[in-house]
Amino acid sequence: MAKPAAHRAPPDRPFGPLVFDWLRENLFSSVTNTLLTVLAIAFIYAVVPPILDWAVFSAVWSGTGRADCIGEGKGACWPFIVARKDQIIYGQYFADQRWRVDVVYLAGALGLAWILIPRLPGKLWAGIGMAILFPVFAFVMLSGGVFDLPVVPTERWGGLLLTLLISVVGIAVSFPIGVLLALGRRSSLPVIRMLCVCFIEFVRGVPLITLLFMAANVVPLFMPQGVSLDKLLRALIVISLFSAAYMAEVVRGGLQALPRGQSEAAAALGLGYWQTTLLVVLPQALKISLPSIVSSCISLLKDTSLIATIGFFDFLQVIKSGNADPAWSAPNVAFTGYLFAALVYWTLCFGMSRYSAYLERTVAGGKVGAGRL
Amino acid sequence: MKTALAAVLLAAAAISAAAAQSASPTLDKVKKDGYLKCGVSDGLAGFSNPDANGNWTGIDVDVCRAVAAAIFDNPDAVRYTSTTAKERFTALQSGEFDLLSRNTTVTMQRDVALGLEFTNVTYYDGQGFMVKTDSGVTSVNDLNGATICTQSGTTTELNVADYFTSHGMQYQILTFEKESEALAAYDSGRCDAYTTDQSGLYAAKLELADANAHTVLPELISKEPLGPAVRQGDDRWGDIVRWTFYVLVNAEELGVTSQNIDEQLNSQNPEIRRLLGIEGDFGEQLGLSKDWAVRIIRKVGNYGEIFERNLGSGSPLGIARGKNALWKDGGLQYAPPIR
Repeated sequence: MAKPAAHRAPPDRPFGPLVFDWLRENLFSSVTNTLLTVLAIAFIYAVVPPILDWAVFSAVWSGTGRADCIGEGKGACWPFIVARKDQIIYGQYFADQRWRVDVVYLAGALGLAWILIPRLPGKLWAGIGMAILFPVFAFVMLSGGVFDLPVVPTERWGGLLLTLLISVVGIAVSFPIGVLLALGRRSSLPVIRMLCVCFIEFVRGVPLITLLFMAANVVPLFMPQGVSLDKLLRALIVISLFSAAYMAEVVRGGLQALPRGQSEAAAALGLGYWQTTLLVVLPQALKISLPSIVSSCISLLKDTSLIATIGFFDFLQVIKSGNADPAWSAPNVAFTGYLFAALVYWTLCFGMSRYSAYLERTVAGGKVGAGRL
Repeated sequence: MKTALAAVLLAAAAISAAAAQSASPTLDKVKKDGYLKCGVSDGLAGFSNPDANGNWTGIDVDVCRAVAAAIFDNPDAVRYTSTTAKERFTALQSGEFDLLSRNTTVTMQRDVALGLEFTNVTYYDGQGFMVKTDSGVTSVNDLNGATICTQSGTTTELNVADYFTSHGMQYQILTFEKESEALAAYDSGRCDAYTTDQSGLYAAKLELADANAHTVLPELISKEPLGPAVRQGDDRWGDIVRWTFYVLVNAEELGVTSQNIDEQLNSQNPEIRRLLGIEGDFGEQLGLSKDWAVRIIRKVGNYGEIFERNLGSGSPLGIARGKNALWKDGGLQYAPPIR
């Protein structure tokens, strides 16, 4: 019977055992993987250093006009963004009235925080507040005309103010309407069902840009003399309804994924339609459709840039018109503007997507706590 | 007694005649609102673009400001609506604004079929060419055999074909989906020349790395007269816009500027006296005040001042007056006399 070999220490490895093992298991486990790793590294090496160099190391950080940004080997022109920062944040809102925009930003941030942080109580009230009170408050605060606030016409609202306002109001208003439409489409009452189906299919069958154009230019032709509805309000209504139709289909997916047994059990316990819907069906259906709901919200945020086609200066349009300003017009200025716009959109959308992932893990992920959603 | 009655009747007739003359529903509405609603572009350098403080600037914007100055003595009493090229005419029709001042080419089709009335030509544009300065090309006729970059699907392509064929010149054309791609191809040396509207060439020049290395050729090969438009059916409103612009041009011709307007009020030149409302009642006939032209010139300047401030020497665009010079300087800007 042979004696077991004496215990020997593993050979020394230059990067330590953990790193080496991790590399071998994850990056070089097979010939294909090794090849892909090498290609990926080559790609990163080819792309990242030039972008970093352009955006950071060779970038121009201070200056007052295009003359400072033009020149051989100069990268991004960041002073352009600084010079346009007021326009980016406030649009053409009157300079001495911008505190009102700040108040709206603050109110929106507080309302969103209330809704988004799961620990805080009173979600129903927060939801009602954001869907009904906040749009009214924001509109009165921003347009003025009451409480001695000077009137600021909506043509002067712009930049991130407009983009965020339309997104937040659009999401807050379209969500409850979407849920109602989804329930209506599954209703046993034929009139309600037909109305909901017609609305959803009509809205989804027409591009948003067409609806916006109708709202901006065709609707006023049919309005009685002397009656006028603000153009931004018309655009907001259209965007909210458009997004509600998509939201309805997303929620309907969740409703249909729910086993019939759930509502039958609720009925057996003696719950009526609204009790069944609000206490049993919707909490579970919304939990299922959460990823798609967030996805709809993200696409709504990006769709807001379409309002530039009816002459509003949203965030992207402010950047574009800045590029056209002869005081700044230069090749690297245009790229800088678009890079900045991409970063801002990406931050907003990525934030939403991360939040949705967090919700799925904590609130909606487990069996418990679904009712808190 | 009879003479007194006759005098009263005469006075009443005079009042009703004056009322008939100033009957412009649009003007009444604008006066009631207290501001002029003006449709401008979605951002075009020198014509209408918001500056860093968010104020609209440009030659088209100054037309709006001049009309507002004539009505309210306040060039800032304007609400601007930005419109895209596609929606501008519908928006004017639907009453979104009352004056479209948005680098719009005057064409017969638009004038006749769209229910619009073009009042003036504020800027004579046309298709031009840009070349590299060191190529030594100084005229379109030097471009025989050249490769030309332009945007596809526009009339620029057809204009080039027409011009080169009719002048018996060889050419090769490279078209691109986007304006910026065509410009980039020109910049990288794929083409000898880049062509689009001449005002656009000056703006494009600034987007190139070294603006001074490029020259805009003086010739225009097409007609693109740009001007403001109003809705058809309110002729008096059209008159107000038309003659506001003629005041700007006449003021330049007579040497009246925003700087010297106070001295010019004492001028003995009858043309200046009529322009400034010292003689005659031209402002009242329009439904405006007697000193309407003084308001315009004092607050906005004359056509030359507006041009140089927005497009010419006072702007990075540096556009030469060219066809937009006064008629007596060899240009096309010509205003009928005020008399």
